[in-house]
Amino acid sequence: MFTYILRRILSSIPVLFGILAVTFILARAIPGDPCRAMLGEKATQAVCDQFIHRHGLDKPILTQFRIYVTEIARGDFGESLRYGKPVTTLMSERLPTTLELTFAAMGFSIFVGIPLGIISAVRQNSFVDIGTMVVANIGISMPVFWLGLMLAYVFALLLRGTPFQLPPSGRLSPGLSPDPFYVVWGLQVTSQGLLGVLNFISRLNMLNAILIGRLDIFLDALKHIILPAVAVGTIPLALIARMTRSSMLDVLGTDYMRTARAKGVPRYTQVMKHGLRNALLPLVTIIGLSLGSFLGGAVLTETIFNLSGVGRILYDAITARDYIIVQSFTVVIAIFFVVLNLIVDISYLYLDPRVRLE
Amino acid sequence: MSELTKSETPGQVRILDAERLSTQKPVTLWGTARKRLFKRKSAILGIVILGLLALVAIFAPLLAPYPPDQVLIGIENVKVRQAPCIHIFGCPADQPQHIMGIDGNVRDEFSRVIFGARLSLIIGFTCVTFAIIIGTILGALAGYLGGWVDNVIMRFMDVLLAFPSLLLAIAIVTILGPGLINALLAIGIVSIPAYARVTRSAVLSTREMEFVAASRALGGSTLYILFGRILPNSMTPLIVQGTLGIATAILDAAALSFLGLGAQPPTPEWGSMLSAERNQVFTAPYLVFYPGLAIMLVVLSFNLLGDGLRDALDPRLAMQTK
Repeated sequence: MFTYILRRILSSIPVLFGILAVTFILARAIPGDPCRAMLGEKATQAVCDQFIHRHGLDKPILTQFRIYVTEIARGDFGESLRYGKPVTTLMSERLPTTLELTFAAMGFSIFVGIPLGIISAVRQNSFVDIGTMVVANIGISMPVFWLGLMLAYVFALLLRGTPFQLPPSGRLSPGLSPDPFYVVWGLQVTSQGLLGVLNFISRLNMLNAILIGRLDIFLDALKHIILPAVAVGTIPLALIARMTRSSMLDVLGTDYMRTARAKGVPRYTQVMKHGLRNALLPLVTIIGLSLGSFLGGAVLTETIFNLSGVGRILYDAITARDYIIVQSFTVVIAIFFVVLNLIVDISYLYLDPRVRLE
Repeated sequence: MSELTKSETPGQVRILDAERLSTQKPVTLWGTARKRLFKRKSAILGIVILGLLALVAIFAPLLAPYPPDQVLIGIENVKVRQAPCIHIFGCPADQPQHIMGIDGNVRDEFSRVIFGARLSLIIGFTCVTFAIIIGTILGALAGYLGGWVDNVIMRFMDVLLAFPSLLLAIAIVTILGPGLINALLAIGIVSIPAYARVTRSAVLSTREMEFVAASRALGGSTLYILFGRILPNSMTPLIVQGTLGIATAILDAAALSFLGLGAQPPTPEWGSMLSAERNQVFTAPYLVFYPGLAIMLVVLSFNLLGDGLRDALDPRLAMQTK
């Protein structure tokens, strides 16, 4: 079991190294003077000299790569001139918004997708089944940003004044600015690092609202996240529903399911215990693979719903040609992606005893 | 046997059977595949939508009432972002008909959506063709040669796959500079690994077959065996992957255009049309709705067709229907 985990971790090291190499090459492929390209036309000669010296741009290419890897390993991505802040600070400010959105979207797609898939498989060719599969096919064909805009139009404008009205932008209603939970709890934090972590957690609005015991703020945050989460979660939801269905159908046709039926196991236990547990494995793979689609969706959706997360800053950086931000965020998201996939791989240990015995 | 008369001897029966066998149409993979494909309603729907879209794309200049970038100021009495005017739905006959409304630059939205079909199909096919050519060559070399070639190629593909695809495409276009060609190149590059993997696994399973050994024994060169014998026999998964890949490529290209990295205005590209009017979604929703609907239709048709082809070309399933 430990060799399995160790092997997985070791096998992702070359991939991480490759990610660094690809982003390094991309950054060096920017045409023109690297300093002006990275920092913008307004960078003065003094700033440029410092930049070149800092990143070793006057040294051989392999040395440059070594410096690049060392900097990233230290969590030092440089400073964005446009924002006048270190990129790391920007990340810790923006990441909570994106994480909250991603988790909400994931929750939506998993908790709606799996039951839909199960019902479709158990009642094959029924009305529910055909309807789900039609919706799933349409769902995977929709552009995320279009769905987001249309949801905003329907729920914020057409349904205005009805109980279904939902806010189309922001994370909280104007005027609501809850204190971070550690302030409410009266914690005296002196360590800078710990403060950073606590700040990061407190920017997860829904979690912070629970921690300070404000149900109204929690519900407000929830209301704001529904539309973007549905937009981001729809494509993965369609994939998950389709996968659950086909995986369940395979399992339902097996001999042990027939045995379970023959010995009189109740229908619910048959499906949920004997069936679902065995159908879960390909599902976990699909969920792991859709992580990319969640992240890509977040980039496209945050601008629409005016959420200042990672996607939004990336969008602004693209428009402003702020290469430092694009490059650093690409590296961080890719590393994040590799780690999440690693977690998915390790979760097989829990789900599949065969992997454990290997 | 019922058509046999009593006077026929067993010997004659055998001849008749043999004749019947020889006149029977041979069962081919493509024959059964076509039959299976046309049995699936969803696949037929995909083919129909795709056919219609192809016709729209080909005959766009005939179908569109206006050129896609004609500004109508001074030509007709229309306003910026005017709502759709459809005569049969009660729009006064003295007003010019614009079934999808007027866009922010006073152009006929319907004409632009129609011309967008051309671009969308071209985008899908170009990206996938590029990715298939490179991916197939890389995958075939990796699968056939094995050893360190395989290792180097496939580890590089793993790295490309480690990035969320849209994000890598964004990074590439940001560096290359925005524009349709660069966006196509970026999407092509990020979809190479899928084809390389599919080809590699198909080649791995084909290369040990007897007809390949026979070719080798007859003195066929490595290149001939690989591209003349093995690849044609590994085509089916590539066709399926390619069809589904067109759908993804169109969606990704639209997303890049939406972010301002793909087609630039005034090109009538659906993603960039949507992006240009996205802040008007509450005042002129039709300008956002129709381009998005068009993207959805074209992507849906390729997805339906791809799913149908996957089932139709799967030899295990093909054997069951006959």
